[in-house]
Amino acid sequence: MFDRDRWQEIWSSLAKNKVRTLLTAFGVFWGIFMLMVMLGSGNGLKNGVTQGMGDMATNSVFMWTRPTTIPYEGLPRNRRFNYRNDDIQALKDNIPEIGLVSPRLEGGGRRSGNNVTRDDKAGAFSVFGDYPEWNLIDPSNMIMGRFINMNDIEQKRKVAVIGKRVYEILFEKDENPLGKYIRINGIYFQVVGVFTPKNMNMNFGGDKEQSIHLPFTTLQKAFNYGDIVGWFAITSKGTLPVSIVEEKASKLLRERHKVSPDDNRAIGSFNLDKEFRQMTGLFAGINALIWVVGIGTLLAGVIGISNIMLVIVKERTREIGIMRALGASPAKVIAQIVTESVVLTTIAGYTGLVIGVFIMEMIDKNLPEPSGQETMFLHPTIDFQVAITSLLILVVSGVIAGLIPARRAVSVKPIDALRYE
Amino acid sequence: MITLQNINKSYQTGNNSLHVLKGINLHVEAGEMVSIMGSSGSGKSTLLNILGLLDSYDDGAYYLDGQLMREMSETKAAQLRNKFLGFVFQSFNLISFKNAMENVALPLYYQGVPRRKRNKLAMEYLERVGLVPWAEHLPSELSGGQKQRLAIARALISQPKVILADEPTGALDSVTSYEVLELFQQINKSGITIIIVTHENDIAHKTQRIIRLHDGKINSDEKNGKIEVLTEEAFELKSNTR
Repeated sequence: MFDRDRWQEIWSSLAKNKVRTLLTAFGVFWGIFMLMVMLGSGNGLKNGVTQGMGDMATNSVFMWTRPTTIPYEGLPRNRRFNYRNDDIQALKDNIPEIGLVSPRLEGGGRRSGNNVTRDDKAGAFSVFGDYPEWNLIDPSNMIMGRFINMNDIEQKRKVAVIGKRVYEILFEKDENPLGKYIRINGIYFQVVGVFTPKNMNMNFGGDKEQSIHLPFTTLQKAFNYGDIVGWFAITSKGTLPVSIVEEKASKLLRERHKVSPDDNRAIGSFNLDKEFRQMTGLFAGINALIWVVGIGTLLAGVIGISNIMLVIVKERTREIGIMRALGASPAKVIAQIVTESVVLTTIAGYTGLVIGVFIMEMIDKNLPEPSGQETMFLHPTIDFQVAITSLLILVVSGVIAGLIPARRAVSVKPIDALRYE
Repeated sequence: MITLQNINKSYQTGNNSLHVLKGINLHVEAGEMVSIMGSSGSGKSTLLNILGLLDSYDDGAYYLDGQLMREMSETKAAQLRNKFLGFVFQSFNLISFKNAMENVALPLYYQGVPRRKRNKLAMEYLERVGLVPWAEHLPSELSGGQKQRLAIARALISQPKVILADEPTGALDSVTSYEVLELFQQINKSGITIIIVTHENDIAHKTQRIIRLHDGKINSDEKNGKIEVLTEEAFELKSNTR
């Protein structure tokens, strides 16, 4: 391999027509370059979207109520109904597959103007009543203080956990909000925590940084909701499929609220697992497409190399004839031509690889850091493993590109090669 | 050294079959210097190619150094060419991107001799043909005579038993032709068998034995009574042209 005569021969045959060699090499360069840029972009898209829902419990289903569509047990259609507090226990008792149940209630007011005030500061924010379980289903980063706990729920404490943006609007810079009071729809709540969301892309009405969590029971009592539950977030136990939970919970809730068993419209539900799997499938599809297109482009480049190698071999017919007369075995001639093709392919491809990776790194560097906002594009970089795989593909395709011309070179009888003009 | 028994060879061109060699019987002793003559189309080049294992024959038998040469793989043929045979061609056939020394060393490269060792040997053979000062020159920078001497050095370096020369003087003027022939005679004296294909009578007459081919058959095979060892006459001729 590291034999000077072999490299001398490679160089002399490639340098004989530099423009031609360069143009051929560009084909492979472009193939690998495009593959790298596309893979990087695909990664960026995937990272952006999955980062936005990274810590979300994917085995969860969300269930809400809708007007009924079928009359049932003397009740008319188009009847509106609400979940109640005793549904919580009923769900837990009757469906063993359930992991967590987190009832939620949205305290309106945000749409009707500034609902939250503190001294002379005011803002319009979403207000949710939550159980501590919520923080396990859609986790937040607590940058100050704590999330709601069971004591808050049991004692119906008037405490609030506020989003970062809420904190920025209602408090002075660097002011410690913990223990301070804010007024929500006319009632004072003590701030016990400040959070930033971990899952920017999973929203439940409005920007999460501009929302406030209150204890579920406090919100029910303070704003006169009685025992109404807005909607449920339910997870399955361990690795059990959440669709079982979805089916059973839907059936149970229909029974408990006198809804026809055939009324599929009355219970609204959103199966995150299903969505997540669809998305994973989508990314797998995008990835497969990228590889197909990338390999196709690369193949075009490799075929170009094979063609040029055929031309080079034809031009060198006589020279190869001399070498064979002097004792070069067919294996030696084949090895020489294949090395030549591998060298050309690898150098061209490696250049494309390095430049492609470099450009994606530069894009990554200049991309804004993800904050609490929704992100669709993040870290468009290429795995080391993928780069190594591509290099391997290059070497293999170089060998294949060289084999056809090499076989052609030794298929000519040495005497015909010597006579070739 | 070389024995041919009833060698036949024909070429297929389309539907026509061209019978080139029609039963050649020949025996060449080790250390002989033989010339093969004949008009063009007489089959002398084909014969040399068969002797050089560059081409196959249809039937008959060819023994080189007691071994039957038949139905062998190209790899085996390459090995035997490298070990037993040295080639000198009319058009020199030097490798254009290798310098004189590397060209001479090439057969050793195919034997797997390390670079340093083969270059040292190459310099010795360059000295024998008087080309040491041109060791680093590319073939394109050499004259015709120098090129042919270089080719002879290359043919010699693998210490072959037989040297096959196909019109070695065909592209040279008479003075350099004589120089080259003198070199062949020297080599022959060291015991190497030499077979020269030529159509020039004066060249043939400087070999020990002349075989004339006509129409694919051996027409005559005679010992050369008075071998013209390169005499003063030739050297005079050389000095005159200088």
